[in-house]
Amino acid sequence: MQNILLIYFLLSLGIFVIPGKVFKYKAIVLALVQVGAFIYFASKIPIITDGETINSNLNWIPELGLNLSFILNGLSLAFALLITGIGALVFIYAHAYMKSYAYTDRFFFFLFLFSGAMLGLVLSENLIQLFIFWELTSFLSFLLITFFHEKEPARKAAFQSLFITGFGGLILLTGIILIGSVAQSYSLTEWILKADEIRSSAFYVPGLILILIGAFTKSAQFPFHFWLPGAMQAPTPVSSYLHSATMVKAGFFLLASLNPVLSGTIEWTYIIPLFGVITMLVGAYFAITQTDIKAILAYTTITALGILILLIGVDTKLSIKAAILFLFIHAFYKATLFMVAGLIDKKTGTRDLSKLGGLAHYMPITFIVALLALFSMAGLPPMLGFLGKELVYEAKVQSPGIASLILIFGVAANVLMIAVSLFFLKKVFLGKKNNYTKNPNEKGLFIVGPALLATLSLFFGLFPNILGNSIIEPAIQSIFLETYHVKLKLWHGFNKVFFLSLFTVTLGVLLFYLIDKYPKLLENWRKLNNKIFTIKLADAFSNGLDNFIEFSKRNTRVIQHGYHRYYLLTIIVVTALLLWFQVFVTRGWELPTKLSFNPFYISGLIGIIIVATIFSAINKSRIATIIAMGVAGYGISLIFLYYSAIDLAITQIIVETLTVVMFVIVLQKLPRFAKLSSKVTKIRDLAIALVFGSVMTILALKAVQVEFNHTISDFFVENSYLKAYGKNVVNVILVDFRALDTLGEITVLTIAALGVFVLLKKKKA
Amino acid sequence: MNSVILQIAARYIKALLVLFAMIALLRGHNYPGGGFIGGLLAALSVIYYGFAFNVRQVREKLRVNPATYIAIGLFLVVLSFIPSILNQLELMQGVWLKVQIPVLGELKLGTPFLFDMGVFLTVVGVTFLFFFSLTKVE
Repeated sequence: MQNILLIYFLLSLGIFVIPGKVFKYKAIVLALVQVGAFIYFASKIPIITDGETINSNLNWIPELGLNLSFILNGLSLAFALLITGIGALVFIYAHAYMKSYAYTDRFFFFLFLFSGAMLGLVLSENLIQLFIFWELTSFLSFLLITFFHEKEPARKAAFQSLFITGFGGLILLTGIILIGSVAQSYSLTEWILKADEIRSSAFYVPGLILILIGAFTKSAQFPFHFWLPGAMQAPTPVSSYLHSATMVKAGFFLLASLNPVLSGTIEWTYIIPLFGVITMLVGAYFAITQTDIKAILAYTTITALGILILLIGVDTKLSIKAAILFLFIHAFYKATLFMVAGLIDKKTGTRDLSKLGGLAHYMPITFIVALLALFSMAGLPPMLGFLGKELVYEAKVQSPGIASLILIFGVAANVLMIAVSLFFLKKVFLGKKNNYTKNPNEKGLFIVGPALLATLSLFFGLFPNILGNSIIEPAIQSIFLETYHVKLKLWHGFNKVFFLSLFTVTLGVLLFYLIDKYPKLLENWRKLNNKIFTIKLADAFSNGLDNFIEFSKRNTRVIQHGYHRYYLLTIIVVTALLLWFQVFVTRGWELPTKLSFNPFYISGLIGIIIVATIFSAINKSRIATIIAMGVAGYGISLIFLYYSAIDLAITQIIVETLTVVMFVIVLQKLPRFAKLSSKVTKIRDLAIALVFGSVMTILALKAVQVEFNHTISDFFVENSYLKAYGKNVVNVILVDFRALDTLGEITVLTIAALGVFVLLKKKKA
Repeated sequence: MNSVILQIAARYIKALLVLFAMIALLRGHNYPGGGFIGGLLAALSVIYYGFAFNVRQVREKLRVNPATYIAIGLFLVVLSFIPSILNQLELMQGVWLKVQIPVLGELKLGTPFLFDMGVFLTVVGVTFLFFFSLTKVE
């Protein structure tokens, strides 16, 4: 299982390295790999339907409870099949779609890596690992959405989706850590075992809310839904993939797989359906007033996601069953419709509803494909969508608690969906032919994917139990943790649900008739919307972001003023004050009474150093200052020498020499010596220097008093020759015992040198 | 600067400094010296030579970019960790190879020496980079 992932990650890199000009069929190869993975996962169906799971475990950082552990159960199998199956079709489609664009190497690299990340996400058993893949999908979708980065809307939308989903991911991580602290583990299996403990702990509610925010951002739930319509700036194959099988379904996947751990509480059954219902309505409401065909589809995705989240929150057996079925229905028709929309965009050059029409004449196959998919979206027989809608209604009818309310809103949303589907069909394919600049056709590999998926929608509508028994049943079982038999029927007889359906369809058709017959109605509706919803969440978000950046800039200007002297001043003053505070608290000024001045030549040397230092501070010649500082430096190295720190002394002498040399070089370039500081500044600086210097003196004198712990130095002396074969302890410490420190030091040196190099680099004219 | 005395002196002193640098590097493990001191001495020799003659000429004679010294130095340092990994020891633990050389006796070659050479080259490169940046010689 992990080998499949490894193939995805390595191959995406491999495909990136081969230039597109050399090999034109990359997408086809990648599609074949996806097919291979699909077959691999499909071959596991018999094992999974027997109720088994496939696990694999690799140690990564066991100290942190972080292992690479993968699990293939019914739910992850269902997702894996969607990801690889639809992935294959998307790559075939992309092969045709991306031909005319530059940078396809990059595109396929991102897209394939994205498939891999998504697979990793659904196969993760460790939740921290799941989070890593989760953020990887957010990041890759950012790269995919911003693929046409020369367009500003694309960049903006990409940032929005990155911020929202990436930020949501971080919130999810905190949630995982909270719950993980209760379960003492990040393994999903462990969590399921400790479900009762988790649900009764004090961390349950905060943890649940954090995890929900994570899932809601990813699955575009209200109020985070607005990033999804923006994301249609991506090339259409990406939209088709993001909306149907991947990305936005990740939030649903997370909630479904955490259902055995977190569900069954009031919080779960109230919070989740609430947001699901709102999202469902918001999506359906805005879908109908859109004019861009991709935007219409994007908003219907929001509706579908609302339904999915709502069903997972209702948390009855029936609702979970409906949710899993609906997951497939939506994946089939949404992938189809996006691919069709992309094809239309490609062949006619527009995505505007008012400029389209009569395409059934030019693109008959596309028309049939779209017809099937739209019927499925509207929930009309004999498509799989009909089955799904019936099941969703049944689940809502039987749901406990706030069922009646959910049902009303559900009907409202479905009415809108039916109207949208019919309206889409009518406006794009039927009606009067528009004048198209290019003659629309359906040549190329475009239609392969959508045709296959639309056929599947029909086929599974007629024979639902093939899908039901092999995939949906095990997926449900892995949520319920018990055997559960799924029997799906297209025809349920004349019951409550059927009449509800009939009622919905009638209203939907009526609505469609109204908006089609009176175009003014829709226009006024749009105007009304613009008046009511003056705050556009997407704009508000980007404005907020701009304001935040402006705020940070202003702050930075104050704090990072750029005056080196004030930075130094701040550091020294703060350090001095903290040290003085500590000295004051511990009565540190009580120094040893006896200070010895022996031997006299060292005392004399120190006297010279002091004089040289004072001289360097007060004299007015730069050369004299440098020489005076040299005197101080060489004096110190003599002291080192006296106390037999010979390595230190040598280093000090050479460094001192080099410093003088460097100073001499710089000296020529400096302006004339001038007095710039006022008297007040000078007195201030003197005061600060005295405060700092005096506390350092006290510290130095205290250091002598402290009982020195010899164990470490003894260890070095004893083992220097025995273990490290070196007689020079200082050097052995540097290159062997404490080699890591040395590595750090030379790295810092390197960075400093690069900094100097960049600062002093000659500016090119 | 065009001082003949300095220039002639520089020729010999350069060679001597380089020799000292090598000695410092090689004996560093047992006696005062080591990569850091050696590196500074080696860099100093070139800087001294540059002062006596022309910094630009010296830079051209060097051929190798200062940054390359740093890169090779850091590379050697990291390289010195690999034997410890291969021998499944703690990371950075010294690995020693004892070679018998006729007449001279036993020679101990260890990863710390490789490490020290890395330090040596890094210090040389860093000092060069400072020097050439300050003298504005690219």
